Amino acid sequence: MKTALSPRLVLAAFVALLLVAPLVLPAFYITLLNYIGLYAMVALGLVLLTGVGGLTSFGQGAFVGLGAYTTALLTTSAELPGWLGWAGGSPWLALLVGLVFTCVVAFLIGKLTLRLSGHYLPLATIAWGLSLYFLFGTMAFLGGHTGLTGIPPISVFGYELRQGEEVYYLIWLFVLAGVLTTSNLLDSREGRAIRALKGGMVMAEAMGVDTARSRMVIFILAALLACASGWLYAHMQRFVNPTPFGLHIGIEYLFMAVVGGAAHVWGALVGAGVITVLKQWLQDLLPKLFGTSGNFEVIFFGVLMVLVLHKARGGLWPILVSGFKRFIPVAAQRRTVDRDAVALPRRELPAAGSVLLEAKAVTRRFGGLLANNNMSLEVRAGEILALIGPNGAGKSTMFNQVSGVDTPTSGEVLFLGESVVGKGSRTIARMGMSRTFQHVRLLPTMSVLENVAIGAHMRGSSGVLSAAWRMERSEEARLLAEAARQIERVGLGEHMFDEAGSLALGQQRILEIARALASDPCLLLLDEPAAGLRYKEKEALGDLLRKLRAEGMGVLLVEHDMDFVMGLVDRVVVMEFGEKIAEGLPEDVQRDPAVLAAYLGGED
Amino acid sequence: MDFQIALILGQDGITNGAIYALLALALVLVFAVTRVIFIPQGEFVAYGALTLAMIGNNVFPATAWLLLGAGVAVAALDGLGALRAGQARKLPRVLAVNVGYPLAVIALLRLLPLAELGLAVQILLAMLVVVPLGPMMYRIVYQPIAEATVLVLLIVSVASHVAMVGLGLLFFGAEGYRTPPLSDARFDLGSLSISGQTIWVVAASIVLIVALALFFGRTIYGKALRATAINRNGARLMGIPPALAGKLTFLLAALIGVLSGVLISPITTIYYDSGFLIGLKGFVAAIIGGLASYPLAAFGAVLVGLLESFSSFWASAYKEVLVFTLIIPVLVWRSLTSHHVEEEE
Amino acid sequence: MATNNRADRPVLKVEGLCVSYGKVEALTDASITVGEGQIVTVIGPNGAGKTTMLSAIMGLLPSRGRIEFDSVAMVAPEVETMVASGMNLVPEKRELFGEMSVEDNLVLGAFQRYRMGLRDHAQTMEEIFTLFPRLRERRTQMAGTLSGGERQMLAVGRALMAKPKLLMLDEPSLGLAPLITREIFRIVTQLRSRGVSILLVEQNARAALQVADYAYVLETGGVAMEGPASELAGDRRVIDAYLGVGGKHQEMLAT
Repeated sequence: MKTALSPRLVLAAFVALLLVAPLVLPAFYITLLNYIGLYAMVALGLVLLTGVGGLTSFGQGAFVGLGAYTTALLTTSAELPGWLGWAGGSPWLALLVGLVFTCVVAFLIGKLTLRLSGHYLPLATIAWGLSLYFLFGTMAFLGGHTGLTGIPPISVFGYELRQGEEVYYLIWLFVLAGVLTTSNLLDSREGRAIRALKGGMVMAEAMGVDTARSRMVIFILAALLACASGWLYAHMQRFVNPTPFGLHIGIEYLFMAVVGGAAHVWGALVGAGVITVLKQWLQDLLPKLFGTSGNFEVIFFGVLMVLVLHKARGGLWPILVSGFKRFIPVAAQRRTVDRDAVALPRRELPAAGSVLLEAKAVTRRFGGLLANNNMSLEVRAGEILALIGPNGAGKSTMFNQVSGVDTPTSGEVLFLGESVVGKGSRTIARMGMSRTFQHVRLLPTMSVLENVAIGAHMRGSSGVLSAAWRMERSEEARLLAEAARQIERVGLGEHMFDEAGSLALGQQRILEIARALASDPCLLLLDEPAAGLRYKEKEALGDLLRKLRAEGMGVLLVEHDMDFVMGLVDRVVVMEFGEKIAEGLPEDVQRDPAVLAAYLGGED
Repeated sequence: MDFQIALILGQDGITNGAIYALLALALVLVFAVTRVIFIPQGEFVAYGALTLAMIGNNVFPATAWLLLGAGVAVAALDGLGALRAGQARKLPRVLAVNVGYPLAVIALLRLLPLAELGLAVQILLAMLVVVPLGPMMYRIVYQPIAEATVLVLLIVSVASHVAMVGLGLLFFGAEGYRTPPLSDARFDLGSLSISGQTIWVVAASIVLIVALALFFGRTIYGKALRATAINRNGARLMGIPPALAGKLTFLLAALIGVLSGVLISPITTIYYDSGFLIGLKGFVAAIIGGLASYPLAAFGAVLVGLLESFSSFWASAYKEVLVFTLIIPVLVWRSLTSHHVEEEE
Repeated sequence: MATNNRADRPVLKVEGLCVSYGKVEALTDASITVGEGQIVTVIGPNGAGKTTMLSAIMGLLPSRGRIEFDSVAMVAPEVETMVASGMNLVPEKRELFGEMSVEDNLVLGAFQRYRMGLRDHAQTMEEIFTLFPRLRERRTQMAGTLSGGERQMLAVGRALMAKPKLLMLDEPSLGLAPLITREIFRIVTQLRSRGVSILLVEQNARAALQVADYAYVLETGGVAMEGPASELAGDRRVIDAYLGVGGKHQEMLAT
């Protein structure tokens, strides 16, 4: 077997190639590489937004324009208003102003659209991209359609970057910094929260993730990357006009991200490279072919894009990687868990027997349908309560009422003595209630370890910036160590680094329990945990739940597997037609005629 | 601004608004049935108008070649599908519909003295060329990924839009065209003078909207489309194939697009890329209706038309900005009134 | 595993049906037969794979195995073809068109027939109204405003508009009060006398076994028991499969 290359070596080789490129390539190619770098930065933002976060924007061109015009105005204008005077003349200060300005604009747009369902953001960005483009062209102080000229070059330590190959290094430094920052961010507590967006809001919120914040974070980051690209562009070209910031360019940026591979940081570079080179080539070729001038390359790009989304939705990057690995093996980047990391502080569990959860006369109507009617139940610390009933009896609805996913029409839900009606699942999760889902909700392409670490989200506090620059590694180590502990506790230790999607369904359910445990709850809500488990696995799950009970945890469990329920739980509540029809010890409930009728139909 | 000018602007606004209303209805329909946000709607407006302009100028419209190309692609896809399923007997029909029809249209365009035909016949010809592109487009572009997310479908829509604009430039060149008005008459109502074209536009829009309402309310195919929009699974179980619903929807959308193009091109010069902005105004209206309500969308369309004509008087340089900025208060209103609904399951 | 239901003229013959969701197998090697004019029921606890089985037969889910309907082998069944050849499914969720009238819902049930040129839906609707007089009263009402029982009637009526040879009902008693359940089951028996074969998936085992001719008990993705419905009705193991009395039924099943 050939020895595998380390990923670091591959990266180093790439950087070395970038370093020597200007020394060996003619100026034309350097210009091309400059553009690729500029575009790659914008595409990188879209990878974060579209590929990772499941949102998208066609208006990134406008953010590029914002960066470019801000610096153009600040560095060329003779009379700036007094309050902005300090920023005049210096490209670096202009970058700062541009980034702050972009941040504010992106925040406002995000505030407006991120709350709405997914397709409103891209539509709003189309409108905003168009509006800003028209504004650039009509505002007199921005030079109208001729734009602004005489932008000074950027100087670094007093050295002016005038030539293409001089700016080249700055551009690629920005690109690599962007790639590094983004990769770091994605591999952190905040990053997991961002990646959890694609697993659905309900799961992420139940793990204590503020999904609105995570979406805002990636939208702003994408805008900032675009803004920086615009700043570099303005100082490379030394003039700006509205054309390169129009909607069509915004669309092209998205094409780059999708063609390159929207789920991969490096896909942005590949996409920017492929589209830029193709564009160059097609712009020469097509007009000759058709005998008239015009931007005919867009026909090709449009078709290419449709084909990519039909045939290879992951883009080129995964294809390139698997092709490359066939010839030159690259070692997988293996995570290690620091076993010596200081354990996270634990919550003090309420005394055994004290009431954890109390639902009083909970009623939930959907239109004319009474899904829950006057339902009451109580879960105490150190007990397992099963909620059972035939299909459609309203058990899941009840589950949603107590976990904050839904709000009861009337009635009261108390958790640890506090009313939690209308509080939202994130708040309730913070108070110490954690849950699993009937339809498994995990991130199939993330490792088991990372999935479980999402559960520990609330137990960390480091933010986006410290994650991006790796200043939170000790906290990260503690979170991962906690996740690893929970994985081993539920018996999935050997799968720690496997993709979650590769596990059997039963194991995925167990993984969800580990994820719930990672949040250090005092009450565990399990929605059909035994479904799909084999006999041995059920036994192991039963043992785990008994152990948790002994430690003083409360467990509320919806389950259909009666073998499993009857041998395990302390008390049973039986539902039918949204109401409680029986409550008591398992053996009593089993003999209750009302329960028999509910399950098997009335005897007549 | 005096009352006189206000009346004229109002008339302009309503005329354009009527066309935006048609487009908004098509957009809402397409989204409801297929979940596709149909960005290329505007290209059908431009293709329709420009194909008509070509025919009027006695030029063979190059869109006919696109019809043939798309037809061949559909025939290849459907033909291969039929062969794989062991249904070779379907092949003649597939070929006749998808290749035979375009060839017949091309022959017609070659043989007829295009410029001498009456306007009505010219319009009919333009429709024969452009409208079938709608269902063909659904078959080629959307049907293979009908189950994809709204986001992926949207990106595909934008890609198709980009490709169609490029093709538009290739087919029609960069020059803009106006087609002759449907009527030269003028009517004086007191101090207000109404052009025949305005009446045509408003009347045609109303007739089309009524026709659509009848189609959806009275015919089984119309009901099938509504059913698909309401409950996709339920519709499938009735044997309403999603592909059929999709093609039918795109047929209607293309028809509406082409008719809008025919109605608007006597008022506004249409270029190969004009469709996008016109379509987007329909979108602003459709978003006012939350991409779901037809009456709200139609109301929004008139609002967009009026805003556009009045802002062109007050601040003509900012006309487009103002129209697209309208989307912001609309989104604010939407985000305040919408209850966050989980997108899963 | 072959089935023992020796129906003279099978309408539906399923052999070795397997369905998997990704890597997870939800249905393993299931074989069932429905004879002409028979009511066959598939019972079993939740999560046993009953709905999965119906969806696979209908072509809503991809599956492996052999499905023969009306003596024609269905290669990769597709919903549309299944409906056209006379199979109809009333799903667990009913899947009505809530913002359309009862009448429009029914008309759409005949969509496939209409497309094939059989335009007798007005007459079929009269028959449905005779079967479900309640639907006639509600004909102009929106389907979304109906009560649970009426919805189920509409769902069955809509499926009957296609004049199916085989009607598959997924948990028709779900969420219905006992009285209405009984009414639905009465109509199911009535349908059999009109020559419609019925495949009835139920959790409500007693009621299902009462009306059915033959029954299959599905458990964790496979057929665990089968036999004439009257025999299974008295079988203690069926009750145990649901309520897990004493946790013994796994062993009992194995014997």
